[in-house]
Amino acid sequence: MPRETRHYDHVIRVVALFAFGFLAFLIVRHVLVPADFGVYGFYRAGALDDARAHPVRYAGRETCAVCHDAVVESQKDSRHAQVGCESCHGALAAHAAGEFDPKPKVLNPRLLCLTCHVKMDGKYAAFPQVDPVEHAGDAACTACHQPHRPKIQ
Amino acid sequence: MEPRVFRPGETDMEQDRRSFLKGAGQFIMLTGAASLAWDAVLNGTPQQAPNYDATKHWWGMTIDVDKCIGSGNCVRACKIENDVPDEPGMFRTWVERYQVRGDDPEHPIVDSPNGGHDGFLPIKDLPPGTKVFFVPKICNHCAHSPCVQVCPVGATFESPDGVVLVDKSRCLGCRYCVQACPYGCRFIDPRTNTADKCTLCYHRITQGLTTACAEACPTGARRLADLKNPKDPVHEFLRTHKVHVLKPQLATGAKAYYNALDGAVR
Repeated sequence: MPRETRHYDHVIRVVALFAFGFLAFLIVRHVLVPADFGVYGFYRAGALDDARAHPVRYAGRETCAVCHDAVVESQKDSRHAQVGCESCHGALAAHAAGEFDPKPKVLNPRLLCLTCHVKMDGKYAAFPQVDPVEHAGDAACTACHQPHRPKIQ
Repeated sequence: MEPRVFRPGETDMEQDRRSFLKGAGQFIMLTGAASLAWDAVLNGTPQQAPNYDATKHWWGMTIDVDKCIGSGNCVRACKIENDVPDEPGMFRTWVERYQVRGDDPEHPIVDSPNGGHDGFLPIKDLPPGTKVFFVPKICNHCAHSPCVQVCPVGATFESPDGVVLVDKSRCLGCRYCVQACPYGCRFIDPRTNTADKCTLCYHRITQGLTTACAEACPTGARRLADLKNPKDPVHEFLRTHKVHVLKPQLATGAKAYYNALDGAVR
């Protein structure tokens, strides 16, 4: 006897199609979405570790003081007390980690010092700023000013 | 004996081929799906996720406009620390100079030569009575961030300690977040075609260092702030200064707090 078609067979076919489609979606989603997605929020939790894995290039003054404590101490009550070592000497984490060749260089004082100290509108009035030609002509800033204790006694 | 004639659909097996295949297919799919689903449940448990005590911190930054001298140290330090591309316009942080003229205060002149990377040049023929000041800008690491809201794949997000980060492996480069940020702090890294922006030096602050820009700033205008730390100087700073955020009308929950932010600043 051939199986008789039931009057709701068409409904069963649609439901079966949807169920199959839904299962396929769940499987594809499981494959594509990373395992640690959604742990803390709508993102992959491993991204936090990725962000933290970046190398450090600026060491910070405490690290410089480990070897260069005399210089750091002498700067502590000078006018440059809050200027970090690497503001002038550049990124030094590699140097602190043991790469001493090549030695860190300091830029030409006229370029480096004037980056902050050239007279310009916009700086607060109490900030020491000079017109370089009026102030010193052709001379380098370091001819008179010691960078770690810049105030001339 | 005559061979039996089968009418269409008729069989002498209890189950015909069609229904056998249907049943077998269902069995495979359901058990396969069930096992995959169980794996997903297991993988979502916190024990298998990375472990970091981010609940003890809530990061932000304080920027003192009165102290900024436009040296550009922060821009240079950020570029070196974070391998920011050298192309023009690619900055994770930058400095703007505002000139508010006495006769036209509603139309300030704003310039940011190479983002302030090489400092600024003195202004020629400045009209007397012009107010000039420097405004450093970064990603504000908004608590209710529009960029996080629009990302279609969850590539940008706010970490549990309040830093908005980008997951480079998930970013599609659709640029929706670049459009959505009201502060213009996001850009597309041309080398990877993914979104990039200030990460508040997440790799440094999670190790107890300060951000590269705050480290390099010669006047202390920029300072990292940990709002959950009761001993952090930010609390005293917020109490003793007239503090503002950029575009407060957008209610982004910005966490870059500016002292002496003039109304002319966009």
